Amino acid sequence: MTRPLISVSGLYKQYLANVPVLKDINFNIESSEFVAIMGHSGSGKSTLMNILGCLDTATAGHYYLQDRDTASLTSDELANLRNQLIGFVFQGFNLLPRSSLLENIALPLLYAGKSKPERREKAIQMLNRVGLAEFGERRPNQLSGGQQQRVAIARALVTDPKLILADEPTGNLDTQTSEDIMKIFHDMNAEQKITIILVTHEPDIAAHAKRMIVVRDGQIESDKST
Amino acid sequence: MIIGALLGEGWAAMLANRMRTLLTMLGMVFGVGAVIMMMAIGQGAQLMVNESIASMGSNLFIVLSGSTSAGGTRQGSGTVPTLTMADSQAISELPQIAAVAPNIFNSAQLIYASNNWSTQVAGSTPPILEVRDWQVVAGEGFKDSDIRAATRVLLMGQTVVKNLFGDENPVGKIVRVKNSPFLVMGVLAQKGQSLDGRDQDDTVLVPITTAQRQLFGNQFPGMVRMILVKAKSADVMAKAEQEMVDLLHARHRIHADKENDFSVRNLTALAQAAASTTEAMSTMLGAIASVSLLVGGIGIMNIMLVSVTERTREIGILMAIGAKNSDILLQFLFEAVMISLAGSFIGAVLGIACAYFYSQLNDTLVVVTLSSVVLAFGVAASVGVFFGFYPARKAANLKPIEALRFQ
Repeated sequence: MTRPLISVSGLYKQYLANVPVLKDINFNIESSEFVAIMGHSGSGKSTLMNILGCLDTATAGHYYLQDRDTASLTSDELANLRNQLIGFVFQGFNLLPRSSLLENIALPLLYAGKSKPERREKAIQMLNRVGLAEFGERRPNQLSGGQQQRVAIARALVTDPKLILADEPTGNLDTQTSEDIMKIFHDMNAEQKITIILVTHEPDIAAHAKRMIVVRDGQIESDKST
Repeated sequence: MIIGALLGEGWAAMLANRMRTLLTMLGMVFGVGAVIMMMAIGQGAQLMVNESIASMGSNLFIVLSGSTSAGGTRQGSGTVPTLTMADSQAISELPQIAAVAPNIFNSAQLIYASNNWSTQVAGSTPPILEVRDWQVVAGEGFKDSDIRAATRVLLMGQTVVKNLFGDENPVGKIVRVKNSPFLVMGVLAQKGQSLDGRDQDDTVLVPITTAQRQLFGNQFPGMVRMILVKAKSADVMAKAEQEMVDLLHARHRIHADKENDFSVRNLTALAQAAASTTEAMSTMLGAIASVSLLVGGIGIMNIMLVSVTERTREIGILMAIGAKNSDILLQFLFEAVMISLAGSFIGAVLGIACAYFYSQLNDTLVVVTLSSVVLAFGVAASVGVFFGFYPARKAANLKPIEALRFQ
């Protein structure tokens, strides 16, 4: 029997104020699922995603990633998980403005300890895959939002992660570009069996996913396959 | 491998904000420049003192005759004529002695044409030139035959030449010393000031016999006022002194319980005291200049802290894609060290240039030693590490999510 990729049980998150942001969250996500986490702003969905991405820690409860209790890991081990297992796609793209596209894409490989030619070759390959091969030496601010997001996706995929966490990836994009981006997510889930967790508040974006978890006021309101 | 890549990242960050990098560097530039320049000036001063010590003659002793005691009132040394030409001769035969020159001197008036000048006239023997490391730059020195015959010849110091002859060549001219005609045989090389400020060039040398018999006269034939002695090397100074004391003890038949009727002075010891004074001054200059290195380091820390705050979001991104705390720490540390090293390099060039300019301007000696440059560089690099560490650690200890959310 294979364990779920992600297993969350009794998860609480509370900041200094007394009102908890997340209350008693429980769910499992299997490998190669395509899940949308939906909710209004302030519902706690972004906090949940940050915890799933090992960027933040829960106040109480357990989060098992690949059967490892993330609460027991050191910051270096968490950094390795983020590097090897997880790829992030953000709403604001979060590319380094002073580096070229290729440098941006190659950066995770640097922290993985890959050699320079290896980094470059892989980065070129990824840039090709998102259809921006001719822009390799440009800076992010010379591209449109949709192009920047594709670069961010290339960066997220460069270490061949098992899990992609996308936080409102289409939030800054127009409808047509959003559809293009969603198609990339769809393809990598279908072809490479990469697990995708998509955080959004737009129902038509969430509709691309095969399972929808709705979060309201820090609790799971519904969790159903579509 | 990852170190090289992180170095590259640090370098890229430096280039990305040139103005800020340059301003940060300025602190190190001036710090290192000041240290190198101060040390160059200090070492130059030391070299000049050492040169003036050498101009006195190296490994030099002065043997003075003793003091008289008249009715309980003791006179100064040299007041009793106890040293003789024979003593001088005996000392020159000791094994550790390189050269010996007996000496008597007094001031006298010199006249040439319409000029006249009062100077110190010293009677000595040919080895005086070796004892005092003195060259004859024109004409020639006198010989043993001049001593035997007590000829009226003299060697003239530069100051005397200037006052009597101006630009004229004095060699072969006749000057009058105490109204006796003397032939100028040669001109002595310039020696400059002695350590206590006396003009060493304001003198003329005559054969000692001439001085004794024709110029100053003396109560006891063969008496000399002092004997200048040069030891074979600096290492045998103590041994040479002991030999001399023993010899004069024996020759003067002084009982062990009696006081010596002569005294031996080691001039090199005096000179060394002067040298250590300049050395202390040079060290102090360097110390004051190093304070500016410290200030430069604090400047680096300041800017790096600003830089960490400014790049908090970027640090968050790096952490999200897998940078470890140690990676972030190293990257910022490298940046600080590179800034300080590049600053030191510019500072070193500037410091050397300024030191050279200063020497041209003031006509003094400056010495840039490799050790001062290496020292300044080493200190600068450590300052970079030391003051870069706190900001780098601050960056590394950021929580990923807080850094990422930072606006």
